[in-house]
Amino acid sequence: MAVALYRIDDRLIHGQVVIGWGQFLGVRLLVLVDDGVMAEEWEQDLYRAALPPGMDVVFAGIEDAGKELPAWEADPRRAVVLTGDVSTMAELARRNPTLVKEVNLGGIHHRRGRTKRLPYMYLTEDELSQLQALQSSGVRVMAQDVPSAAPKDLKALS
Amino acid sequence: MSEGLRGVVVCHAGLAAALVEAVNQITGIADALVSVSNEGCDRNSLRDRIAEAIGPDPAVVFVDLPTGSCMMAALRELREAHEASIVTGVNLPMLLEFVFHRDSTPEEAAARARTAATEAIRGS
Repeated sequence: MAVALYRIDDRLIHGQVVIGWGQFLGVRLLVLVDDGVMAEEWEQDLYRAALPPGMDVVFAGIEDAGKELPAWEADPRRAVVLTGDVSTMAELARRNPTLVKEVNLGGIHHRRGRTKRLPYMYLTEDELSQLQALQSSGVRVMAQDVPSAAPKDLKALS
Repeated sequence: MSEGLRGVVVCHAGLAAALVEAVNQITGIADALVSVSNEGCDRNSLRDRIAEAIGPDPAVVFVDLPTGSCMMAALRELREAHEASIVTGVNLPMLLEFVFHRDSTPEEAAARARTAATEAIRGS
């Protein structure tokens, strides 16, 4: 399996992903599924310029990502698929129920309406409900910001 | 010592505050640098913190990693109408050089800081 991690992280591509998980999993490909970044060529250029040697990035909106996910899974490079929010990952999993088997909650930070669940995890009730539905559909949902941290299951966030 | 440019140090966790405090202890200059942490921030709130720290005047932004949320947020903010330069790999020698030479352009100060930082790395 090429995709080693499906991660929700509102910082998108950053140190925990590129260095923390990237080194731990031997990641060579990042797939960022975000309609906002997909619409901004300059922001894509910034992300490309900041990557370490040997790591590539692909940008996609949710429509294309839903179709391209089997190809990324077949890519020989180990990959991380990133979304910046719960709803995008839930939609990606809904469109590819046989491929997305586990989702890593990496970081969703404070915003009005969200409640603190872990130091790096704030969720609205709606976001929690979406994650619970995702888990009920057969996807394992775990919170774990860095590889050395103990993973927390969804019950710990309720 | 000269006055002028503001330095904004943007790092993971508590690193920026520690670096700024170390500069203050060594030089006694307390008003040249502002620290920003990415703690608890998503990418938009971190960008807001950086924007507030830079303010309206010319500045040099020092970040820790060339890859990371601090760098990306700083780059996103510097696309706006700031007169500012950015330097990655912030270290103490770089900041010490900066606080004593702030009467230049951001580009000149950034270049000087990079040189000081590089020359301070030695080994036997």
